[in-house]
Amino acid sequence: MSKVLMKGNEAIALAAVNAGLDAFFGYPITPQNEVPEYLSKYLQEKGKVFVQAESEVAAINMVYGAAGAGARVMTSSSSVGIALKQEGISYIAGAELPCVIVSVMRAGPGLGGIQPSQADYFQATRGGGNGDYRVVVFAPESIQETVDLIKEAFEVADYYRNPVMVLADGLIGQMMETVDLDKPVKKRHIEPKTYATTGTKYHEGRNVITSLGLDPIYLEKHNIDLKNKYNEIIKHETAFEMINMDHAEYVIVAFGTSARISRSAIETLKEKGINVGMIRPISLWPFPRKAFDLIPKSVKGLMVVEMNMGQMLDDVLISNKGRHKVAFYGRAGGMVPEPEEIVDAILNFDSKVVES
Amino acid sequence: MIRYERSKGLTDVHTHYCPGCTHGMLHKLVAEVLDELGILDNTVGIASVGCSVFSYEYFNTDFQQAPHGRACAVATGIKRVLPDRIVFTYQGDGDLGSIGIAEAIHAANRGENITVILANNATYGMTGGQMAPTTLIGQVSTTSQQGRDRIQHGAPLRISEIFGQIEAAAYVERVSMHDVGNIRKAKKAIKKAFTYQMEGRGFTLIEVISTCPVNWGMKPRQALDWAKENMIPIYPLGVYKDVTPHD
Repeated sequence: MSKVLMKGNEAIALAAVNAGLDAFFGYPITPQNEVPEYLSKYLQEKGKVFVQAESEVAAINMVYGAAGAGARVMTSSSSVGIALKQEGISYIAGAELPCVIVSVMRAGPGLGGIQPSQADYFQATRGGGNGDYRVVVFAPESIQETVDLIKEAFEVADYYRNPVMVLADGLIGQMMETVDLDKPVKKRHIEPKTYATTGTKYHEGRNVITSLGLDPIYLEKHNIDLKNKYNEIIKHETAFEMINMDHAEYVIVAFGTSARISRSAIETLKEKGINVGMIRPISLWPFPRKAFDLIPKSVKGLMVVEMNMGQMLDDVLISNKGRHKVAFYGRAGGMVPEPEEIVDAILNFDSKVVES
Repeated sequence: MIRYERSKGLTDVHTHYCPGCTHGMLHKLVAEVLDELGILDNTVGIASVGCSVFSYEYFNTDFQQAPHGRACAVATGIKRVLPDRIVFTYQGDGDLGSIGIAEAIHAANRGENITVILANNATYGMTGGQMAPTTLIGQVSTTSQQGRDRIQHGAPLRISEIFGQIEAAAYVERVSMHDVGNIRKAKKAIKKAFTYQMEGRGFTLIEVISTCPVNWGMKPRQALDWAKENMIPIYPLGVYKDVTPHD
């Protein structure tokens, strides 16, 4: 199929439909409203399920129920709403069910604003739900990549029986770009959902989905099993892009919209005779720690660029292992950095250093 | 000749319920109804948080265990993707009436074609007898140690009355477990609720006045009498909504 011009949120919705979405449960919140609005039309036309829940709490629990019943299921929300979903996300991770969660970030804390932001890196990668669990987080920088990662997210979710989040921001959700909706995604061998609660006449024995484990011996084993699964995800699903690393003086580390803006800054710096590379994490969890082992020793320092006050910065400091100077440049509150600001940050690298 | 058999709707395990608690009997009624209607193998139950959390161990059907108060949302998710299955929640008054009132009201208001079995024992049983929204005025609990006070704590929440006025609800009835005659009526109501669901009529809720002898500090028989004498006047039995009242 040829490319079509689409708004990010609408592309998310259509990509999910194309990926075989059976059911969507959501609650209105800016700046992701076009996702449920589109799905309310397209899913109904296809005889699939769309429910506008009474709250994000209810929506994620509907996701939990439908995922347990074997459906391919998604919810989408934004910052404040994702906060409310954390209870359900913990249960879904604990019960090992697949689902896709779209988070179109806005600025916080509290009610915050509705402008683009990356203030929910911690929320996405660390989560606010209880217990020892992980959510796979993919962060696209364009609408095409968003569409591709939505499809990838369903595959990864089903394969590992784990929630997968696609973390966009208000800019990606609201802007328009040309996109190919039919770009193929890597298919995984997904086992039949024999765990699903479909009624005992449809399978052997009795299927029970629960995350309760009052016996600590059982629950520790469950925690260990989960950790082993997470190790497999780290091994196979870590995704990142490295660009312009040859003869790089500095390396920018940025994800999503920040990475995209940094690309322009890198071009400008090249014209000024300064070669700057970039590590762009595509999976935020698992974080691409190994990418940092590939940075040439000659690099003078790493510049972390985020639309927050320094969150992925923590993961960069862990991954850097003290090898390079690390600097930070961030805008927050819904302010989007201009490429020139990032150019200036590199030109004044030493004044931005947070760890030398 | 076998005069009495364990229902096929129950698994062959001992329950964790305390002596004299009416949960066991209520489980039996629901299990018998599912068996008699021939829907055991086509049913998915949702366990809530509280004493009934382990109900997934006892009912001989597929089950999902919901977060506290979210049973009706989980049920919505299951029923919407498997509309030809029978879906029911088994909840307590703290789970549904307090933390899960929004999920329950909106499931009813969407007319979700599910059945809610609500055991109302006027207390939080599992956590040790704290005050519930359904606790009676003057009733002593571990968090209302001088007795529930109307000014300080508010008054008992009448759940069936609330759900009875929801237009999209199909059938709401309050029954009681305090004597044999009422247990029989309770079974009839439960059967009617599941029958309505099979007929696709929409949301059904059966509130069951239950006992909690341990947390009430009473002997089982005394608890049944207390329920009759103190709860029924506050929670009158009867049908609060029926889309086909001629039945």
